[in-house]
Formats: sequence, structure tokens, C-alpha cells
Amino acid sequence: MSDTSATYEFKHKHLLGLKDYTGDDIRYILDQARHFREILDRPVPKVPTLRDKTIVNLFYENSTRTRISFELAQKRMGADVVNFAKSASSTKKGESLKDTIRNIESMKIDMVVVRHESPGVPHYLTRCVAASIINAGDGAHEHPTQALLDMFSMSQRFNTFEGLKVAIIGDITHSRVVRSNIIGLSRLGAAVTVCGPKTLMPLYAEELGANVSYDLEETLGWCDVAMALRIQLERQESGLFPSIREYHERFGIKRQHLEKYPDFIIMHPGPINRGVELESEVADSDRAIILNQVTNGVAVRMAILYLIAGGTRI
Amino acid sequence: MNIPLKKARLLTEEDLNRTLMRFAHQFVEPFDDLSTLAIIGMQTRGVYIAKRICQNIKKAYNFEVPMGVLDVTFYRDDFRTKMKMPSVQVTEIPYDIYGKDLVLVDDVLYTGRTVRSALDALTSFGRPNSIRFCSLIDRGHRELPITADYVGLHVPTHISEEIRVQVKELDGEDAVYLVENANMD
Repeated sequence: MSDTSATYEFKHKHLLGLKDYTGDDIRYILDQARHFREILDRPVPKVPTLRDKTIVNLFYENSTRTRISFELAQKRMGADVVNFAKSASSTKKGESLKDTIRNIESMKIDMVVVRHESPGVPHYLTRCVAASIINAGDGAHEHPTQALLDMFSMSQRFNTFEGLKVAIIGDITHSRVVRSNIIGLSRLGAAVTVCGPKTLMPLYAEELGANVSYDLEETLGWCDVAMALRIQLERQESGLFPSIREYHERFGIKRQHLEKYPDFIIMHPGPINRGVELESEVADSDRAIILNQVTNGVAVRMAILYLIAGGTRI
Repeated sequence: MNIPLKKARLLTEEDLNRTLMRFAHQFVEPFDDLSTLAIIGMQTRGVYIAKRICQNIKKAYNFEVPMGVLDVTFYRDDFRTKMKMPSVQVTEIPYDIYGKDLVLVDDVLYTGRTVRSALDALTSFGRPNSIRFCSLIDRGHRELPITADYVGLHVPTHISEEIRVQVKELDGEDAVYLVENANMD
């Protein structure tokens, strides 16, 4: 990994999705993120690298962990940060997205981190403004920083992605985390299986290069990493599965699975529904690296901010 | 790609060994009690030089000096004016620097900006008792009011020239060259 970094050069201005990033790009980000992880353990966990940068966090959709993680990453790097939430904004007064972003940019902004319920909004913003755009989740399309932090967390446990077996379990259709992870993991040479009820399984899963399974036992017997996804409770109301209890029976990871299949580790992008996708004891077991994922999220986002900020200049 | 022209060899392997042994004695000289002495090597070649000095102190004084590694990329004031984004390298200071008498070690002292960055960086690790600076080569052309406490060799250089420090671990030989117009980065 380090021998590629001698000749490799990061050249992206935006992070819209992992679709635009090669395997080398991803490996380089993960490699650099290790050094940013170390900053978080210093007595003063702050560096002045981005002190000349101003960043807007534009969150049109609610988010606690991603927004806090980005904001911490920005502050640890010394950037000036402005937060924008839809609920307290001019959007309520009828301003369009384009006008909002152009107004914000007039205040000399270098970078925009955006989350929006509509897929493609980050791409659209790149055509409205000159600032760098980082996608923090657009609809069910991509969530690249989450996938990068997931891969970083895996890289701490496994030496190589080549041949690594990753299962993603749950609501595949409505998950942007899945799409980014499938793209990223396959570019690193890992094998991905998605597993869930047929009603929550999109037709395009195989097109993206993932195996599809409807059998949790078979999947857990196969995988090195089991990533459970959050089940949105409102999906049940729309009739996509009969009941939470039935979902948990068929697709929830339970204590007996840990005993039966002693090797796989457990990940979850959060927030967890205890007793739905993970039994409470499973979420708290030493095979779950869920809280590592959260810590790593800050380091990975620091690395991305650093690389994107530099990539815009010569 | 233009191949740098090696104009002169400034130090041979033997010279280098002698200089690094001298540093070992000089680092130790001011202390009756070595317990506060600690060394920090600056990425990349400063790390290898610092390691050798630590081994020499161990040989001559039978004392294991704590050593750390510092990468100053985060603290540079010029990283966006260069052509290529510098890759961040390992920083690892496996001891508490509070109350320590640190010696920072680098291969070449030039503008002084790297040293300034290093001093900034160290403040986020704690408050050492003192910091001294050691450079294998001082090539002049300072842009900041910084000087080294220990220098292996003073080399007056032209701005178009460069100093190339080579270490066995990375380059296959121990030597220092003066080169013309090398393409750095």
C-alpha cells in the first residue's frame, strides 16, 4: 500500500460517490486515514492544516452522527464551520436549493458537505458553485464517507481486502450505505453478498456486482464481516414486511449465531434498533466493532477533507 | 524526468558514521542524569539518522534513549503552494514529552520552515522542558530566524543546488551528495 503512494497522486475536487473513485484512490484514502486517526489520540487533538478553509454543512435531511462526525473532523483540522439545517432555514420561506447555495457561496465558502433526500443533489451543486462538494448521503444513492469508514474499520481487522467476504444484511433497497459499500469493496477485491427479505431487495443488486441471498444462516456461515443495516420502522407500515418480530426472527443476528459461526465480526452504520436487526447482546459483544466505526468516521472524514482541500489547488 | 547530476560527494559512509557518533556524545554532554533526554526524528530521513544516534548512545553510554517520529505535514505553511499534495506519514511519539529535554533531528536545514512546523506540532503533544535541534547538513538560505544547535556539516550552496542525504535503509547506501537542479517531490 505504501509503495503505491510514492507515485500515486490524489486528483479529485469532489467526493460525490465512490463510483468516481478507483481502487487506488480508495486505498490511498484508507492509508492516509491511519495517520489522521493518530491525531485523535494526541493530548491536543487538533491540527491547523485547514485553518484557511471555510466549510458549510448543508443538511437537508436529519442526521446526528454524520453531521457531528463531519463537524468534529472539520474542527480537528482547524477549519471554520457553518451549519445549515433545513428546519431553521430560508427553505421554509420558499428559497430554491440553487439560490440557497449560491448565496452561501457568496460568503466565500471553500467546501460544501451536503445531505439531501434526493439522489443527485451533490452532482447538481457542482454545476451551481465553484466550491468542492462532499456527499454526506443523497437519497438511496450513495453515502461515500460511510462506506470509506466501514472499509477503514475492516482494514484494521483484516490484512487485505482481496478475497474478504462481506455480507450486508437488511433493507437493501432503501440503503445508500449498501450501494457505496458494494462499489468500494468490489474495487478493492472483496466479495459482497447482500441478504434480506425479497421485498427489500432491489433488482439491481446483482448488476452492482453483489451476490444475493435470502437466507441469513447461509450468509453468516459464509462471511468474514456481517454488516447489519438499520430497519426503518415505517417500512413495515408500508407493508414491505409483516412485522418487526418476524423480521427479527428471520434476519436479525442473534446470540446463537455468534456461537454457531465463531469467526465473523459485526458492523452497523447506526443508529441500531436493538432487538430488530441485532439482538442486544450481539450489539454489545466483543465481536461488534460498531463504536470503532464511529471513531474511525472522524479520522476518515479528516483525511477526505485534507485531500479534497489540497486537490483544488495546484 | 530529468536525472539529477551528482556534483560532489560531501560525506562518505565513514564520515557519516563518525558524525553520528559525535552527535551521540554531544546530545549526552550537558546531562548528569540522562533520564529526561529524548530524541525525535523528523520524517523521512531524519528518522533514520535519529535511530542511528540512539544506537550510538546505547553503545557508548548503555542508555536507551526514548525515540519518537514526527511528520509535520499538518503544520506546514507551504503545502498548497507545491505542485503535489504531500502524503501524510507516520507520527508516533510513544512517551510523554512533558518535562523532557528533546532533540529534534533532521537531515537538511534549509529555509527553517520545517523546523518551525515541528515546533508548532510538538506543542500539541505537551510541554517539554527544552527543545534542541540537530541537522546533519546546514545548507544556508534561511527564511526564518532559526538555527541548529548541532550541525554535521555546513555547506554553502547555490539555490539551484540540492543536498541529497542517502541512507542504507531507503537508498541502499550511506552518503551525502550535492546535486544540481534535482526535481524534488
